[in-house]
Amino acid sequence: MRQEFSQELKTLHVDFSELGMMVNAVVYKSAKAFINHDKDLAREVIDSDYLINERQMSLEKRCFELIALQQPVTSDLRLVVTAMKASSDLERMGDHAVSIAKSTIRVKGNTRVLSIESDLRKMADAVKKMSDEVLDAYVHDDEERARAIATEDHGINDFSRKIYSECIENMKQNVDTVVGGMDYMLVASYLERIGDYVTNICEWIVYLKTGKLVELNSSTEEDQF
Amino acid sequence: MNEPIITAKDVRLHYGDFEALHGINLEFARGEITAMIGPSGCGKSTFLRCLNRMNDLIDSAKVSGDIRLDGQDIYAPDTDVVKLRKRVGMVFQQPVPFPFSIYENVIYGLRLAGVKDRAKLDAAVEKSLRQAALWDEVKDKLHDSALGLSGGQQQRVAIARVLAVEPDVILMDEPTSALDPISSTQIENMLLELREKYTIIIVTHNMQQASRISDRTAFFLQGNLIEYAPTKKIFMNPDKKETEDYISGRFG
Repeated sequence: MRQEFSQELKTLHVDFSELGMMVNAVVYKSAKAFINHDKDLAREVIDSDYLINERQMSLEKRCFELIALQQPVTSDLRLVVTAMKASSDLERMGDHAVSIAKSTIRVKGNTRVLSIESDLRKMADAVKKMSDEVLDAYVHDDEERARAIATEDHGINDFSRKIYSECIENMKQNVDTVVGGMDYMLVASYLERIGDYVTNICEWIVYLKTGKLVELNSSTEEDQF
Repeated sequence: MNEPIITAKDVRLHYGDFEALHGINLEFARGEITAMIGPSGCGKSTFLRCLNRMNDLIDSAKVSGDIRLDGQDIYAPDTDVVKLRKRVGMVFQQPVPFPFSIYENVIYGLRLAGVKDRAKLDAAVEKSLRQAALWDEVKDKLHDSALGLSGGQQQRVAIARVLAVEPDVILMDEPTSALDPISSTQIENMLLELREKYTIIIVTHNMQQASRISDRTAFFLQGNLIEYAPTKKIFMNPDKKETEDYISGRFG
């Protein structure tokens, strides 16, 4: 009985990591598609989103079953709860990747601002780094690392603010950039949200390890435009 | 924690040369339900029986240490054990119906205490059976034999019998392990109702039962108290690895 349960918990852990890798791949692809104006890649992201949703739902369903049938307690319960909650964070990250992909399709043909695109590329790289790292921290149950990763979100927010002001500045100077600029701002905010979801996952890793629910990067002094 | 009603200090119990309890320190809060859990042979039932001197009945058992009920040493030479057991009642794993009517079963303790007033006895029967959540089921057959009741009902008669003498503390040694889930749930609900008025100490092998009904949980292992904390803490995030391993089923 217990042995089977332990096996199921291990499988859950592995499946969560796989879902994470799928999500990271679409986050990466969507950012790349946006920067390279690659409509095909963007479509690929949009078309593959259902796979992530299905994976997440099946993982969630299995968590419900484990709770009902095995009645886990203490660290077992935390593992199940973490998989359940953090997987919906992953799924939301996937949704934002889809939004970025949709912007890519819209943005084609607009007047481009290269300096902003360069900042978006840097921001996307930073987000990708964070989301890769968080999976690694999850796999290794590494609470310290999770706390460190969450602090990287400050850098993401800095990018977000910078891109916002750049866009406004450009829109003021050249009305042709208004349409494209709106999309730049949207993409920056999607990336910024992805960073927030990574921070949520960091919080779940802390919970998994310690049983404490923490708020990393309290939003009260953050995200002020 | 409410103020303690029972305080146990360095309680050791020997069966002959074998030490079954290695110095237990535990305080039971008034008006709370405390669950004692642990694998078979860990000493939890032995410790429970120390609390109303049930172990006196076993010749080879020797208890040392200090157990106080409201500050009174219950092992003091001048302790009236009958009075003690009236204040600290006990319910066993197997329901023990006496071969008399339901009515006589409930007032057994009062009869022993010499109560003869019919009105008093009638009132005690109704009150205790109501508290034991059995009144509606048996009010029309109070004078039928208790042996004709189901296991769950017999166990509630046993509880009513303890309640009739108005104890302060009720000790329960796996009171629902012989019962089906519905009867167990009835007894659990009843315990939650009784919590206001009584202090309840329950030994159980059913982890979910401990987590559902108790305020505090004590985990025993091989004659030692390993961890004692609010039930939420024990089941969400215990301090000791042994506790975690036991309640999540990794050993035992």
